[in-house]
Amino acid sequence: MVELSVVDLALAASLVLLLALLSMRLQYSISRQLLIAAVRTAVQLTLIGLVLKVIFESASLGWVTLLSAAMLLVAGREVMARQERRFKGWWGYAVGTFSMFLSSFAVTVFALIVILGEDPWYTPQYAIPLLGMLLGNTMSGIAIAMDRLTHAAWEQRHIIEARLMLGERWDEAIADYRRQAIRSGLIPIINAMAAAGIVSLPGMMTGQILAGAPPVEAVKYQILIMFLIAAGTGLGTLAAVTIGSKHLFDERQRLCLDRLRHP
Amino acid sequence: MSKAPPLLEIKQLRRLMVGPVTLEVDVGDCLCISGPSGSGKSLLLRSIADLDPHEGSLWLNGQPATDILPQVWRLQVGMLPPESAWWLPRVRDHFRNGVPVPLEQIGLQEAMLDQPVIRLSSGEKQRLALMRLLSNRPRVLLLDEPTANLDPENTQRVEIVITEYRRAHKAAVIWVSHDTAQIERIANRHYEIRNGELLSQAIAGQQWLS
Repeated sequence: MVELSVVDLALAASLVLLLALLSMRLQYSISRQLLIAAVRTAVQLTLIGLVLKVIFESASLGWVTLLSAAMLLVAGREVMARQERRFKGWWGYAVGTFSMFLSSFAVTVFALIVILGEDPWYTPQYAIPLLGMLLGNTMSGIAIAMDRLTHAAWEQRHIIEARLMLGERWDEAIADYRRQAIRSGLIPIINAMAAAGIVSLPGMMTGQILAGAPPVEAVKYQILIMFLIAAGTGLGTLAAVTIGSKHLFDERQRLCLDRLRHP
Repeated sequence: MSKAPPLLEIKQLRRLMVGPVTLEVDVGDCLCISGPSGSGKSLLLRSIADLDPHEGSLWLNGQPATDILPQVWRLQVGMLPPESAWWLPRVRDHFRNGVPVPLEQIGLQEAMLDQPVIRLSSGEKQRLALMRLLSNRPRVLLLDEPTANLDPENTQRVEIVITEYRRAHKAAVIWVSHDTAQIERIANRHYEIRNGELLSQAIAGQQWLS
């Protein structure tokens, strides 16, 4: 593996800087966001590199749990921030976070114990990257699906209420929008699986190959990851949309849009 | 012998600036509500259909609404909103129980059922939405300006269909209308909503009844 020096990274950073200058010249007013994001990447990844170093060396369940919890909480905040009309109050945070916990953790633990079978099962070298990849993808799926669901409830409130007026149950009245929300949450991973290897070489596999792993081994891991991500995203999205759509109605099956925040 | 309970009973209903409203509606009643826009007529109907949270209680045939599943309540206390909503491509797809009366009676043609909803005018949609509501056979009709987009001839047709439905199915109607001539034609009770409260009004031409 070619070791990267600080100069190598600085060269890559200069490309981002160039892009920022270009967009400033063209007045696309995205340079600020771009630079902040680039700095965040550098700082966050450096920090997590150090944290991982310590955790890999200690290999204790306590540290792994703590880091997992921290990752979950940050991902939960991200899901909340990406929804324009999220639920007011703690619900806005809880729906996404709980659904991610349910799906990502279950799938990760399943993969660690049943598929990989390392000893101990929480070996951080496997547990943390797996959970990270699952959380990252589940997070996007849930955020897209919930944004879609709450948007539809707001935009199509006349239809939903018209259906209630005609004696439909809440789950019948919102069924179409529920289906659309779940669909849109799953489309990114479905597209990624369909295009994998043809249009794009997935990042994890590319990383392993760059690090010198035999391509066939890298591919096997990539397939495993893709399936885990699909399962995790699917379960998480399903859970979030089910819980979220139920919370759009009260105990008398009235559409409660006052539970949504105005953007 | 105790008197049979009224078909619909509203006790101390309150919702935002509406109320307290207490009202008994009997089989065969056609009760008109008028009042300036923004006075809460629609809010009142929505609360009776149990679409909004409210204080007070609602009763159907002596049974409290809280003992009736919400979807069953709304089947029996059916509301027609001022703007109709459609969610399937063709008109016919919305009629799971068939069409209750021949469409010619309300000035429409049977062939309309196979048209895409987007081709219909607002007046056609409003009449079809009424048909869709009647196909559920509700006991109480909550009509929010059901003839607002109609010409005089079709307005009269709709009035006749609703009156016949009310008689045939022993139903009651609560009808929001601004048109005093219409109120004279259809109502046996008239209320005006003022500061959220219902004030009983005489119906011109019907004073001799009292």
